[in-house]
Amino acid sequence: MEFNAITLAFIVFSLVTLGGGIGVVTCINLFRGTIWLMVSLFGMAGLFILLSAPFLAAVQVLVYIGAIAILFTFAVMLTRSITHLPVRFTRLWANAFAAGAFFVLLVAGVIYPVWVVNDAVHFPVSDVTRTTADLGVALVSGNGFVLPFEVASLLLTAAMIGAIVIARDVDDEL
Amino acid sequence: MDCPGLCEALVQGGANPGLAQFLSLFVGVVLVSGIPLVTVIVLILVERKVAARIQDRIGPNRVGPFGSLQTFADLLKLLTKEDITPTAADRLLYNAAPLVSFASVVLIWAVIPYTPYHFGADLEIGALYFVAVASLGTLAIMTAGWASNNKYALLGAFRVVALLVSYEIPLVFALMVPIMLAGTLNMLDIIYAQSSMWFVFMAPLAMLLFAISSQAETGRAPFDLIEAESELVAGFNIEYSGMKFGMFFAAEFMHVFTNAILLTIFFFGGWLGPLWNEPLIAFAWLGLKASLIYFVFLWVRNTVPRLRIDQVMRFNWFFLVPVSIGNLLLTALLLKLMQELGLAPRVLQTATLGEVLPMTLVLLLANLGIIALILGRLRTTGRSERLATGGGAGSMAVAAGD
Repeated sequence: MEFNAITLAFIVFSLVTLGGGIGVVTCINLFRGTIWLMVSLFGMAGLFILLSAPFLAAVQVLVYIGAIAILFTFAVMLTRSITHLPVRFTRLWANAFAAGAFFVLLVAGVIYPVWVVNDAVHFPVSDVTRTTADLGVALVSGNGFVLPFEVASLLLTAAMIGAIVIARDVDDEL
Repeated sequence: MDCPGLCEALVQGGANPGLAQFLSLFVGVVLVSGIPLVTVIVLILVERKVAARIQDRIGPNRVGPFGSLQTFADLLKLLTKEDITPTAADRLLYNAAPLVSFASVVLIWAVIPYTPYHFGADLEIGALYFVAVASLGTLAIMTAGWASNNKYALLGAFRVVALLVSYEIPLVFALMVPIMLAGTLNMLDIIYAQSSMWFVFMAPLAMLLFAISSQAETGRAPFDLIEAESELVAGFNIEYSGMKFGMFFAAEFMHVFTNAILLTIFFFGGWLGPLWNEPLIAFAWLGLKASLIYFVFLWVRNTVPRLRIDQVMRFNWFFLVPVSIGNLLLTALLLKLMQELGLAPRVLQTATLGEVLPMTLVLLLANLGIIALILGRLRTTGRSERLATGGGAGSMAVAAGD
């Protein structure tokens, strides 16, 4: 892989993503941890741009940083101790092992088909920029992903109705 | 990569092509981020003068002719003020928050087309980029409120974040109407789509919804409970002094003008107007329309009283959100129907006035219908509520006593 501006950008965004991730798990200050999470997500958005998916990058910033991470900060404010966690490490070895094994599987699952099965090494950087219109057509066309799209919509609707039911006053007349 | 304009001139002058490209891009970035910075200096003076006239005062009139140098004096004062960081504050986040707040507004200007030929970036996802970047402002306020380590600041930040996150929903739903009409997220194409008819005539309701929710996003009256002095001292920026406060202040002013520009682009045809092919005239059209809208924003700000947090939230969730969703669905349905019937062109960018006239009339009538429906409903609920509470000032006192 030759070294050019795109490689440099990839390295920078990867470092931001990974560094943010490390910040999330090592910070004893929960609020700072949330900010690190946003930094990490921002790096992910940069990687999406390098992958020629600007739409996903914008959605990443809008949904994950603008909405979900903000909700995280609210959740953090509700915890008892924000700034000085009494325990930094828990000893849930079984969980740690399971998470680690899952991570190894994921990495192997991504790397194996690309690097081992194909003789040509595929660069992560694509030349084809898919437009938003392409994405929209793919989501609703019969040959595309209309079924997963509809299933996801149904799931979201169900979740929304569930949230309303839970949030409803119990005393309310039904 | 292509290398037009300044870059080409530099290469012909004997510069390294890579360096020339970097330099011309750098100048572009400085210009794009510089324009809002210079504008804000003028805006502060305009705002103070307009506010003064509305409140039957004269406004700043001592420094320079008509007080025109007042902002510079204020700026110098802010710069020389002591820069205080509270001992118990989270230093890093405390100092980062004003920067993020400022950046979240300046970054929007990267996709704003000043003229048909001058823009920071011609992104395919321009409108989405605007929404994404604007959501960073919420983060800045939350960080500022928390890092100050002050209960008033944190309370103020909670209110703001609740407000901003809620009003983002009608904002985006209203924004989807012009995007749907233009069939693209690209800012330039959205403007070109209005070349025969501005979207304000096809979607006046969406325009109003966008204007209201963007005014709320800036946190100004009647949505200024962020800085409700009587309840919160000063809101999330209470601990900030000097230029760090100045950055929050400038970000707010710039945000209002940015919203005026965006409203111009999405609904009032951007730089479209007679002779818009000339860059300077196009720029003047954009500036003129945005300034008029900015004036209306100021007018509203200085006329309406502040609402309570529960009123603001009710207004959003029980009024703006349902109306914006209904408006979007109806517009989508009518648009698709007319396209199938051949009454509306599928590509607005190249359509003539005669082609877009039928769809404009139908959409306008539908919008007026929704507005009439809403007004009728408001009238009945208002009347029944007045009857239920017995009317008069007594009911207000009871409501305020919570």
